[in-house]
Amino acid sequence: MNEDKMATRRNVIKKLMQGAGFVGLGGLTWGAYVDEAKAVDIILRPPGAIPEDDFMKACIKCGECVTACPYDTLKLAEPGDNKPVGTPFFEPRKIACEMCTDIPCVPVCPSGALDTDLVSSIDIKTKQQVLDINKARMGATIIDTKSCIAYWGIQCDLCYRACPLMDEAIKLVYDRNERTGKHAMLKPVVDNDVCTGCGLCEHACVTEVSSIKVLPLSIALGEAGKHYIKGWDATDEERLKGVKDDRINEEESNNKAMDYLNSGWENLVDE
Amino acid sequence: MNNMFKNNKYLILRRISQITIMFLFIGANIWGWKILSGNLSSAKVLDSFYIADPYMVIQTFATGFLVSADVLIGALIVLLFYGIVGGRAFCSWVCPMNIVTDTTNWLRKKLKMYEEDVKVPVKRSMRYWILGLGIVLSAIFGVAAFELVSPISMLHRGIIFGIGMGWAAVLTVFFFDLFVLQNGFCGHICPLGAFYSLINRFSLVKVNHIKDNCTACNKCFVACPEKQVLTGIINKKDSQIYGSECTNCGRCIDVCEDNSLEFSIIKYKKLKIK
Repeated sequence: MNEDKMATRRNVIKKLMQGAGFVGLGGLTWGAYVDEAKAVDIILRPPGAIPEDDFMKACIKCGECVTACPYDTLKLAEPGDNKPVGTPFFEPRKIACEMCTDIPCVPVCPSGALDTDLVSSIDIKTKQQVLDINKARMGATIIDTKSCIAYWGIQCDLCYRACPLMDEAIKLVYDRNERTGKHAMLKPVVDNDVCTGCGLCEHACVTEVSSIKVLPLSIALGEAGKHYIKGWDATDEERLKGVKDDRINEEESNNKAMDYLNSGWENLVDE
Repeated sequence: MNNMFKNNKYLILRRISQITIMFLFIGANIWGWKILSGNLSSAKVLDSFYIADPYMVIQTFATGFLVSADVLIGALIVLLFYGIVGGRAFCSWVCPMNIVTDTTNWLRKKLKMYEEDVKVPVKRSMRYWILGLGIVLSAIFGVAAFELVSPISMLHRGIIFGIGMGWAAVLTVFFFDLFVLQNGFCGHICPLGAFYSLINRFSLVKVNHIKDNCTACNKCFVACPEKQVLTGIINKKDSQIYGSECTNCGRCIDVCEDNSLEFSIIKYKKLKIK
């Protein structure tokens, strides 16, 4: 093997290493940024949005939903908004979702990031699928009872009246005002099974910083866990059907628990 | 005046094309026009069918999400259109970033800052690596990777829907092209341009060079943003510009005073002999 060949081979290897280094460095930087940029979880999506992870994959940032929104509620995230750039979102304190019954923003989505099925229900009479904005789950609503003036005993029911699902999503609970002793408190309470997360309540709230807020479902809601089964709920009990009983039955456990209070006390007394 | 139009014919036509497209998008968002709505990532044409950026669709595909048939067909339409008409016509006739980078090129000429002055150890083939990397990263992180950082998207989305801090990204490209690397963004980095280069090979519209008319004045080389496609052809032989990185911007035709360059339809026979 002559010197020249060795030199070119060395050069090729050098070039390859250089290329690999460049791709590696670039990939890490770019990847790190992308991973950070998409990891924003406090963001409210348009109605009918599929779960956030899939939404980030599916949204092609075309802005059709934004164009379709008649109230300028929806915005595409701009650089500087600190949200995944180009994806649609809304801020209810500024402009809430007005819950249009024809939901113009959802069917226009060309990519499938907004799913018409998620905001549709079956019409009882015609048995056909119809748009139903009340099915939307844009977020869950929470109330800060320390800053809500209705909880102080001041009469305010703005959120209750702003709610498109009045008496369903927000109810007023009557309570005795212990401080004055002679007035009632009308406390707003949210049922997040019904709430669509439109944010009209947050928009209406009179306190300086809204005392009622819409947050993404993943942030606001808890989860009891699958091992809890509501014995009083027939549909929940269904889940027990076909479950194999794998309790270990040992000899001791065959004896019934002793009823100390009502019977059998004789056995406990020393002779 | 007449001369000025003749010497900048394609430049003026390109600006009209770029600005008209952006204006139609703005009209759709603000006044509800139905001609062209959406943006350059995906758009609805005449309220009847969609067109979509194929590189974006490939990234989305890499994340593991299957986009709807509408968008898939839209990407195919765009792919076919540029594949037939001329691959990188997007870059010079549609993309608004082209106006920014053309401005830096013009400024560089005014300020007499030439590529040769600064040696930068970066090749034009870098964009193909970035193209591939974008797809790999999309697959790893489950989100269209280039779409999150693309200054092009920030610009056209910004023009249509509001730009926010996006101007900073555009300014970065401007300064990068002006002070760091001539044709730095469009010619070295942009994976979208790289993608359209890949489908440019057999497209119909090619610039044709007539050697007999050429006086080797070098003006086309100074004007061209992708000089490597001219090398070996200008003043050497009668041939079409087959280099796939040619954007069909027609600037070389504008600046040529000897009628030795013109737009033409591809000659497939010559391509085979080559």
